[in-house]
Amino acid sequence: MKKIRISIIGFGVIGSGVAKAISKKRDHIKHRYGIDLDLVGIGENNGGIVCEKGLDPMEAYNLARSREMNKHPCWKEDMKGIKVIREVDADIVIETTPTNIDSGEPGLSHMLTAFKNKRHVVTSNKGPLAVAYKELIRAAEENEVQFRFEASVGGAMPVFNLVRETLQANKILSIKGILNGTCNYILTRMSTEGMTYEHALSEAQELGIAETDPSYDVEGKDTACKLVIIANDIFGIDSTYKDVEIEGITGITLESLKLASDKGYAIKLIGEVEERLIVAPRLVPKDHLLAVGGTLNIMSLNTDLAGEITITGKGAGAIETSSSILSDVINIAKL
Amino acid sequence: MRITTDLELKDTPGQLVLALQPISDFDGNIVSVVHHRDKKTPRGMIPVQVAFEIDRDKVNDLIDKLKKNGIIVARVGEERLRESGVVMLIGHIVHSDIRDTIDQIDATGYAEVVDLAMSMPGINQRSSARLMINATGKKEMESAVDLLRDIACEKDLLLIEPI
Repeated sequence: MKKIRISIIGFGVIGSGVAKAISKKRDHIKHRYGIDLDLVGIGENNGGIVCEKGLDPMEAYNLARSREMNKHPCWKEDMKGIKVIREVDADIVIETTPTNIDSGEPGLSHMLTAFKNKRHVVTSNKGPLAVAYKELIRAAEENEVQFRFEASVGGAMPVFNLVRETLQANKILSIKGILNGTCNYILTRMSTEGMTYEHALSEAQELGIAETDPSYDVEGKDTACKLVIIANDIFGIDSTYKDVEIEGITGITLESLKLASDKGYAIKLIGEVEERLIVAPRLVPKDHLLAVGGTLNIMSLNTDLAGEITITGKGAGAIETSSSILSDVINIAKL
Repeated sequence: MRITTDLELKDTPGQLVLALQPISDFDGNIVSVVHHRDKKTPRGMIPVQVAFEIDRDKVNDLIDKLKKNGIIVARVGEERLRESGVVMLIGHIVHSDIRDTIDQIDATGYAEVVDLAMSMPGINQRSSARLMINATGKKEMESAVDLLRDIACEKDLLLIEPI
């Protein structure tokens, strides 16, 4: 049995969701792969929980949900994220702090510190990747550790691992798809229920699908970050967030959706990587593969050998995102 | 632009390659080839129909090359406005002169606006318009959308292009 010591930095919805998934899948992973995932540290911005002998992930999850992490017997106020990365002896650091597309912080410092301390990093955090992809890859290589970020694009949908482990012989010619569930939900509700943009957005916020400040999603910034990661990792295009041409969905009128629908089209926010990186609302025939509704994400990869490969799945949600994070963790543990 | 041709080939091996290779050499994209092997023209030749996309300015050189290869070019026809596409415009479409927008597309000679549907929810509110454009070929359709993109940028309209 191979023991893999894990610390989770950023214990919000995603981070605590990963703990819950570890608790749920620990036995399955042990029996199937001979890998025992041992959670030894949790770092937050106001303190952390450290237990070198391993802590109960479900207990930590429950405390996080009730905002009582400081009641854990191993809680220490001075054990904040970066200190946990430096001082707790973990093989893999799972970085799940909130995305910041301006500076990439605090995720960027967390990741670089983990590499320096010879720890592998698995993340769902797009910010550091969108602003400093090359720097991160170089730092991981220099320190001879692994860096995986499947969960940063498309939530549960396998994108990077699909290309890396299944489509190895293919050249990927172009990628396009719906990479933001919030926008897809709003446009779907406007189109099918005849709601105004403002109404659909309020509904999405009420359901927890959209943030209180929805600009990151509806202005296309989230999709743009994902395109940058895809462009760098899959296409080898050295790019950052500033290289993306972005148009969000805030200008879409109810009337335009009706007029489009009358001729058999839906309007979807599409991200596309080919020669350029573009995020824009596009007309998609309703019977087209990419015309999925609700909060679903979908992506079509145009390849030279396999032709077109299309994947779809839930692009958000703590447990769904944990699926991608654990797949990265298991892949690293198997090396 | 898309061209359809009726060609006549000698009934000897290798003739079809002599007819198709020049199309590829002139960067044409062959859309369909119908080779009537069982039929003969009154001249004792094999009729072949070929449809392809090619740049307008390369058509004459291509036909010369086919003739040099011993191919009889019985008919060359341009299929007018074969491509059809839908785009949306959102913004102050009428005040930014929709007639001028349409005229600029129609004036290209290779694309036309053939259908326009508009919705104007209220004074001072943004309008939405659906335009159907027909063009002579795929490249011409792309050029028409490029032109519309420039117009939209100049008139501060949101253009929604097809995928």
